[in-house]
Amino acid sequence: MSERLKVNICGVEFKNPVIPASGTYGYGREYESLYPLSRLGGISVKGTTLNPRQGNQGPRVAETPAGMLNSVGLQNGGAKKFLEYELPNLLTKDIRVIANIAGSSVEECAELAAMINDSAVDMVELNISCPNVKHGGAAFGTDCTVAGAVTAAVRKAMPDKPLMVKLSPNVTSIIDIAKSVEAAGADALSLINTLLGMRIDIKTRRPVLKNNVGGLSGPAVFPVAVRMVWQVANAVKLPIVGMGGIATWEDAVEMMMAGASAIQVGAAIFADPYAPVKIVDGLEKYCADNNIANISEIVGTVQPW
Amino acid sequence: MYKQGRYQIIEKRAIAKGVFDITILCPEIAALAEPGQFMQVAAEGFFLRRPISICDIDRERGTLRMVFEVRGKGTDKIAELNKGQLIDIMAPLGNGFTVYEGKKAVCVGGGIGTPPMLGIAKKYGADAEVISGFRTAGIAILQEDFAAAGCKTTLCTDDGTAGVHGFVTEPLKARLETDKPDIIYACGPAPMLKGIVELAKQYGVKSEVSLEQRMACGVGACLVCVCKTVKDGESYLSHVCKDGPVFDGEEVDFT
Repeated sequence: MSERLKVNICGVEFKNPVIPASGTYGYGREYESLYPLSRLGGISVKGTTLNPRQGNQGPRVAETPAGMLNSVGLQNGGAKKFLEYELPNLLTKDIRVIANIAGSSVEECAELAAMINDSAVDMVELNISCPNVKHGGAAFGTDCTVAGAVTAAVRKAMPDKPLMVKLSPNVTSIIDIAKSVEAAGADALSLINTLLGMRIDIKTRRPVLKNNVGGLSGPAVFPVAVRMVWQVANAVKLPIVGMGGIATWEDAVEMMMAGASAIQVGAAIFADPYAPVKIVDGLEKYCADNNIANISEIVGTVQPW
Repeated sequence: MYKQGRYQIIEKRAIAKGVFDITILCPEIAALAEPGQFMQVAAEGFFLRRPISICDIDRERGTLRMVFEVRGKGTDKIAELNKGQLIDIMAPLGNGFTVYEGKKAVCVGGGIGTPPMLGIAKKYGADAEVISGFRTAGIAILQEDFAAAGCKTTLCTDDGTAGVHGFVTEPLKARLETDKPDIIYACGPAPMLKGIVELAKQYGVKSEVSLEQRMACGVGACLVCVCKTVKDGESYLSHVCKDGPVFDGEEVDFT
């Protein structure tokens, strides 16, 4: 692996900018038989909550044109299981570990962050687009004041870990949310989480998802993600990890030109489990072919009309 | 342990209306596969792979056989593939059936739940009875294959056009009354599986059932393919792709 793909996100060095997105890659165990996890820059693990969660009833998935809806509902084994069972395994894999955390209240997020602060994770990704939160039933990430408050609480509870906040696209102005989160002490931003969507079975007149609505991901959302990353990159100073529909190395280059310092790959893994490593190889070749000494040179280089 | 790749289709036949029988040359996968496991099959132009059960495994020839029904546009696309073409599969996935050496088995298949019964029935040969049910005689499949494996076959049709007129649970009950097997394997519609598991419990026989659910990753990473299960009195949302598709019948909550 050359130096060409090394990137630095708020002080954390990644050997390459490709990171499987939270909820699409488990804790890496399911893909290790295909290739070593060390091929990838980092892993954002399955969203972790303080206590174990069963998630929503099925069906939890619906196919869409160029994508899918999911309504998993943060099913996970809780913080203790992550810290005692999954993290020790991941720490042996030569891959940066990003703990993705979520909570149903500010207090819960802070308590969880305090636990993670004392662990060996490299970075924390705070998911403020989680469903079923206390604040009026809406997501944390759709209200500037609440987004800032939860970021500040986690920042305070977790002084020693770089904090990345994952933003929801289901807002009027993602720029305003990004600015609130920046002001509240975040070190980086990741975007976008899934777009809220719905499918209906016309025979039964029932939603396909038991949860009625779910999050849209896959290539269908890619242009929305590029636009939002570009807008946010122009509005804040924080480094951005871009995601949303990335499936190829060309998509990754486009996302980085929009302003992302690194990228996450999600739903594309379901279609092709090798997608993340193919993106790494494609970026390597792209740099070689274009005399790019380090991939970071392309970040934010789009020249708008 | 599973593999993903593009492998050649070496045989393809339509064996009933909308039901296709495809044999894939994939020695590295055939060497790993066990009856009851499944594959994730890519359908060109569709985002998600389609989970399809493994019907039969031939390690000597290095082939896997899949028998599937066209259910929608994705499976229709897969059905367009022909002999000589490549098919993109991830396999073998999930947990297969437990094989009890030297024991007697009854394998029950309902409709398109019948194909995964072939691989496991072959493990038992003459020690297996295969009870399969179909809506009507025209869509009854794989009866010759079961017979060729030395299994006793009992065919049921809902409309009485072939074999026993009625559901698979009737001949199963008769068998349980006269000659209790050591294990019952089943795959098919949920109400059928429920009935079979109830009978198995009633007669004190172990059962294993193969479930289906909409899937995305197929390997246990995305957690979308949930089913309700109960273990030691506690309810769990398990995942069909990784915890199954084969479950202990008594652990499945059919409510």
